[in-house]
Amino acid sequence: MGLQEEVELLRRIPLFAETEPSKLKLLAFTSERVSFDAEQVLFSQGDPANAAYIIIEGEADVLVSGPSGPIRVATLGKHDFVGEIGILCEVPRTAMVKANTRLTTLRISKELFFRLLREFPHMAISMMRELAHRLEQTNSKLQSALTEVDRLKKAS
Amino acid sequence: MKAISPTAELREKAATEPAGSPASPAEGLPAIPPHAGGGLEPTIFKFIIKNSLPQQIMVVVVTLISFPFLYYSLDLPKTIINKAISPTAKFPADFLGMEFGNRYSYLAVLCGMFLALVFVNGGFKFYINVLKGRLGERMLRRLRYCLYEQLLRFPLHHFRKVSPGEIIPMITSEVENLGGFIGDALVLPLFQGGQLATIVLFMFIQDPILGAAAIALYPVQGYLIPKLQKKTNQLGKQRTRTVRRVADKVSESISGVSDLHANDGARLQLAQFSHVLGLIYELRFEIFQRKFFTKFVNNFIAQLTPFFFFSIGGYLVMEGTLSFGALVAVLAAYKDLASPWNELLNFYQIKEDARIKYEQVVEQFQPEGMMDGRLIHEQPDQDAPLTGEMTLANVTLAEDERLKIVDSVSANLPIDKHIAIVGQSSSGKQELAQVMSRLLPATSGRVLIGGQDIATLPTAVLGRRMGYVSSQPFLFNATLRENLESSLRFRPVTPAHYEAIRAKKRHATLAETFRSGNLALDIEADWIDYAAAGVHDKKELIERILTVLQAVDFDGDVYLFGLRGMLNPKEHPEATSQLLEARKALSGVLEEKGLTKAIERYDVTKYNHNATLAENLLFGTQVGPAFDPEGLADNTYVLKVLDKVGLTDDLVKAGISIAETMVEMFADVPPGHEFFEQFSFIKAEDLPEFQVILGRLTKSGHGDMSKEDRNKLLSLPFKIITARHRLDVIDEAMQARILEARKVFAADLPEELKGTIAFFDIERYNAAAPVQDNILFGKIAYNEAGAEEKVRTAIAEVINKLDLRLTIIEAGLEYGVGSGGGRLSAAQRQKAALARVILKRPDVLILNEATTALDGATQTKVLQSIKEEFAGRGLIWVLHRTALARQFDHVVVMSNAKLVEQGSFEELDKPGSTMTMLLAAE
Repeated sequence: MGLQEEVELLRRIPLFAETEPSKLKLLAFTSERVSFDAEQVLFSQGDPANAAYIIIEGEADVLVSGPSGPIRVATLGKHDFVGEIGILCEVPRTAMVKANTRLTTLRISKELFFRLLREFPHMAISMMRELAHRLEQTNSKLQSALTEVDRLKKAS
Repeated sequence: MKAISPTAELREKAATEPAGSPASPAEGLPAIPPHAGGGLEPTIFKFIIKNSLPQQIMVVVVTLISFPFLYYSLDLPKTIINKAISPTAKFPADFLGMEFGNRYSYLAVLCGMFLALVFVNGGFKFYINVLKGRLGERMLRRLRYCLYEQLLRFPLHHFRKVSPGEIIPMITSEVENLGGFIGDALVLPLFQGGQLATIVLFMFIQDPILGAAAIALYPVQGYLIPKLQKKTNQLGKQRTRTVRRVADKVSESISGVSDLHANDGARLQLAQFSHVLGLIYELRFEIFQRKFFTKFVNNFIAQLTPFFFFSIGGYLVMEGTLSFGALVAVLAAYKDLASPWNELLNFYQIKEDARIKYEQVVEQFQPEGMMDGRLIHEQPDQDAPLTGEMTLANVTLAEDERLKIVDSVSANLPIDKHIAIVGQSSSGKQELAQVMSRLLPATSGRVLIGGQDIATLPTAVLGRRMGYVSSQPFLFNATLRENLESSLRFRPVTPAHYEAIRAKKRHATLAETFRSGNLALDIEADWIDYAAAGVHDKKELIERILTVLQAVDFDGDVYLFGLRGMLNPKEHPEATSQLLEARKALSGVLEEKGLTKAIERYDVTKYNHNATLAENLLFGTQVGPAFDPEGLADNTYVLKVLDKVGLTDDLVKAGISIAETMVEMFADVPPGHEFFEQFSFIKAEDLPEFQVILGRLTKSGHGDMSKEDRNKLLSLPFKIITARHRLDVIDEAMQARILEARKVFAADLPEELKGTIAFFDIERYNAAAPVQDNILFGKIAYNEAGAEEKVRTAIAEVINKLDLRLTIIEAGLEYGVGSGGGRLSAAQRQKAALARVILKRPDVLILNEATTALDGATQTKVLQSIKEEFAGRGLIWVLHRTALARQFDHVVVMSNAKLVEQGSFEELDKPGSTMTMLLAAE
């Protein structure tokens, strides 16, 4: 799998959906293709967030530490994007990600990501649009959730 | 073949002869020059007479012998014309007791004589010039040597006043033309003076009055010329001084360039420099004018003399007291007079110039308070250790009368104990340590060790028996090992062995060294004094060095140097074969740990995806510039190989594809952006050119591409690392063909290129690659998470398993430390200096804040191990952290240049003591 497929992969990710192809190519070219063995840890909870990963091949578990050992909260598969919130918000990792099988990823380092954003404001704008879109979705979900809560409160 | 060692032989002979005896160099040479300790005379003439009188006389004698021949060759033409050619010549003629019947045979003999004389005179001239040249060069060598020796004897504080910029040109360029003068010093005035006297005598014989007239103006010239010259001389002195200021300025700007820029000081420096240049211009121009004025006066007076001839001579001829012929002869002779006279005047000017230069240089090399030269050369009869006590008796160090840096310090310090000196930074503690080690001579008072004044101890005793390390130690631009061993190189210990022919040459070199009064110790000999380090041979010394490195916590750093360093299998056959073992063992370890994916090893039959295409093609490490990766597309041999396997066109196509991708991705990245440096195959400044090339291609197709365009495109795929770049231009079929090309490349490699590449060979150590790469024998995988870290641990494991750590540290000792140790960090330099001094096992070690660059933990560790190393020996440590004094037997507290208290730490650790205050302030 080469650069072109990676570009296709990036395009499927909503965050990059509106970015122009030549920039996606640059993003793909400047990121690293990194493979992990099964059971190998991509990052641990509490680590500083320094990269985001796009899964090309394989599966990974998202684990959060609980009172009686780690609890699996999600399983990631092909084309999933993980770790982007961490690098955008500059918060430590909120969960651990561990390879479930042999895993191939595209690693986008935080440094590179921000440099691209700074260099190409257009890319930043399309990403902002995507994030706003997500926020809007979250808001409407929250709205319906609150309505639901109200309804339940009234019902009881 | 017979191997003899000239040095040993000569040294033996020297030992049986009193030093300085006029031994002929063929018989035996004292290794120490007879003048040792004061070869500089106050004036150049004393220097010449003292050091070259016999040789000067030799030149004069040969010149005198040449005179009759010269005279005869001048006389012979007259004989030929008057007695052979002239129709009035009478025959039979008599010549050298032979009788000649006819003029033809007579002419033939005379012409033969003439030819012979031409040869003889030429021969004399050549020989005399050789003599003079050799004499001059020897004296120049001696002078430079003396100057350098003086320099080594300068008192320490003098170096604060003079800059290298001033000193260096004095030894190199300023004395350069003194050699030429010295060769002529005696013979030229004699020769030209003799000529002058002969001609004058001839004139006097022709007519005393005319003779007197010819020299009448000489007194005037003799009075005027030196007067004029005197002013020129003074200007010359000024010029030399000013030029030194230029040198000083330049060297200062070089060493201070960062501060200069940081403070925007360039313009001031330029203005100051321009000012000094202006001074030099004025001086030079004035000297120029004066020189020509002197010449003018001289020429004018010389032209005046014929006036006397015509007037007085003419009158005498008219009166009949002088024959017409005599007047003509005197006039002709006077013409000849001009040449020697001018030569003499010229010589006078050169002489004055040389005299001033010499005096000016010498005066700079005789500062107050120089070390006695004998102390450097004197060798102790027996190597007795320093014992007893170090007694400081009223030691005072003062910069001038009022400012005392160390003030009347008296103490008795047992030199088998560990003593700490503490105090504030300007308390005089550092200077006290320098006085103790004789680096600074005390202004008054004495330092005694075992009752002996250290001022009288030869460096051979003090430099070997005592150790001193400052906080900013100096390292020479050599390997780490040479730097460490430098503390053991006091004198040649094991003579070098020379094969018969080289021995002869060596003997000649040595003889010449002796004639120039230089130190004739052989630098080819092994100077390392193994006994001083307490070992017997090279191997033990290495082991000892490793222990010492551990003691100063330097082994870890040197281990890393070793991994990055190179080893030559010829010099280190054992180590390199062990490293080959490690290379093989690494496979096992990787397998064991399941790390085989972390590294892709070199395999001659496989394409390495983590190496560049160029590396895959060459399959070796380049030695020298022949196969520089940047220039492979222009390399005729590489192109030949590619053509042979039919790869060129496909690689050009790959190049086009790469260029297109790069142009697409980087077209709107601003030039100078770090993306170019990090990621692009094409430099920012070349991008437009590639755009143009691609434009041309779409217009006219691939068919008629110019050779330059092709080569430019061809250069791109060489940089591809398939695992990393994922450009999809080098597919498997292509890889197979590159393997084909790899085979052809190695097989067809022409003889003259054989040395320029070290092929990867699993069975052979690669001398052109670092130690680590040799163990690795492959490339760390780009795509494996954490591969680098994993491989590093694997290598460390292999090294431990095979017990190779020491071998690698040994390789690390070959690390070049750079000029002034610049390739080491400040902490590493301090550690190296500590290791160096520990190695020579001094009886007393004085450490002057020698661990300031180390971090706290390391400092404590190093302090502990040095204390262990020096158990039972003397250790005097000027500490920059008072708290460390707790570990010493005795503490000396300095404050305001005075010793204020001393005793054990416990004794001093009480309220109100200066030490408690120092502790509290930390």
